[in-house]
Amino acid sequence: MTATLSRSTFTGLRCKECGHPYEASARHVCEDVCFGPLEVVYDYEAIKNKVSRATIEAGPASIWRYRDFLPIEGDPIDVGTGFTPLLKAGNLAKRLGLKSLYIKNDGVNMPTLSFKDRVVSVALTRARELGFTTVSCASTGNLANSTAAIAAHAGLDCCVFIPSDLELGKVLGTLVYNPTLMAVHGNYDQVNRLCSEVANTFGWGFVNINLRPYYSEGSKTLGYEVIEQLGWQLPDHIVAPLASGSLFTKIRKGFDEFIKVGLVDEKAVRFSGAQAEGCSPIAQAFAEGRDFITPVKPNTIAKSIAIGNPADGPYAIDIANKTKGTIAAVNDNEIIEGIKLLAETEGVFTETAGGTTIAVLKKLVEAGKINPDETTVAYITGNGLKTTEAIASSIGEPYLIEATLDSFKAAWQRSQAG
Amino acid sequence: MAVQVLIPTPLQKFTNDEATAELAATSVDGLLDALEGRYPGIKGRLCDEAGKLRRFLNVYVNSEDIRFLDNQNTPLNDGDEVSIVPAVAGG
Repeated sequence: MTATLSRSTFTGLRCKECGHPYEASARHVCEDVCFGPLEVVYDYEAIKNKVSRATIEAGPASIWRYRDFLPIEGDPIDVGTGFTPLLKAGNLAKRLGLKSLYIKNDGVNMPTLSFKDRVVSVALTRARELGFTTVSCASTGNLANSTAAIAAHAGLDCCVFIPSDLELGKVLGTLVYNPTLMAVHGNYDQVNRLCSEVANTFGWGFVNINLRPYYSEGSKTLGYEVIEQLGWQLPDHIVAPLASGSLFTKIRKGFDEFIKVGLVDEKAVRFSGAQAEGCSPIAQAFAEGRDFITPVKPNTIAKSIAIGNPADGPYAIDIANKTKGTIAAVNDNEIIEGIKLLAETEGVFTETAGGTTIAVLKKLVEAGKINPDETTVAYITGNGLKTTEAIASSIGEPYLIEATLDSFKAAWQRSQAG
Repeated sequence: MAVQVLIPTPLQKFTNDEATAELAATSVDGLLDALEGRYPGIKGRLCDEAGKLRRFLNVYVNSEDIRFLDNQNTPLNDGDEVSIVPAVAGG
């Protein structure tokens, strides 16, 4: 018998730019050479020998069915994260003139209704393995919700940082887990700068700073799940929101890894990204044919993706170019219309980031940049109940009536006349 | 003309684990040379062969990203605080 003691399939970290190797500790930059971002190195031969479609299908209905592709050593913190619905969006497809459209709905992810639960489940599992007792993050809202919730479940101390102007739902949805919450006067990029300095001095596990190589790997599961839910096939085209650009690159990595270990047949998948005009440094660089990002100061209702200085922006541009995808931006009105369109056609209430994605999807179809025959997947990354302010003045109002049949009849007539 | 520089953890091996340094400089470029003068080797980490700041590094003068100012030509005044921050993931 050749049982191995360690269940881990990753071997260390490596600089994504120059390839310099590092041990699998809490670090995120290539400090010995070029300051590039570090990423996890796996033993794909070992994974290939261990994993099959059958072993994955026999796993839990969470991201941990893919645990051999995730950078943890021991037992995961499993709060039921992942394996969210892949919805065949027939009504929306018809409205847009597409034949095969799917919505990957992470607005119903567990436990905090955004894709961030995926990255945080991985980051906090790894944080515990590395001996951290306090975890932290810089957040535009969703990440704060998720870090606070999963830290509570795992019994870790938690202190999170957000810009002070976030939506109330996102603030309450953090405070309820009773972390220490720092609301910083400034935008997300300023919060991040502060957190980098705190991370330098406090010895905490910051999920998106010193734990970033592990954290970001959680997003790969959005690639794996779509493949599995399409019946072990790749889609033709994906549309996803771009904030830092990390999610976009990790969906691609998820697809590539399943090809590499033979779980799915190779196929070209086009990658298109969505930004809000009020914070679109990646879309601007793409439009101008640049491979570098000029930072911007965010001014949009799509606060969850309002990152003016996106760390993975250059990689996102590279992927869009290489896959013959595109990156586009939409304005705040279009974002609100996107939220309403998805709700009215598919019964899915997404937040502003999802509205951005749907609005960009629409724009790309209208511009002929999505072929109607392509199997297209739009990634919805968050839940609309967290950002009700964004649409409050753009949707209908209830008919206020007395508890009488006459009152109802009169109001019903008014509703039908309108 | 003394400015205060906040040194990120990954660079503190050059500064004997000091998290801050006080140096005289009148521009960001001048500061990079002053850092190299005091901590030989540090500029090679911060900049590429052409002397341009590496693309995964952010430099702030009094909390403002120098890309909103005059990049490496951004002037520095007595008492300014400069922070050097490696890029981080979002959201």
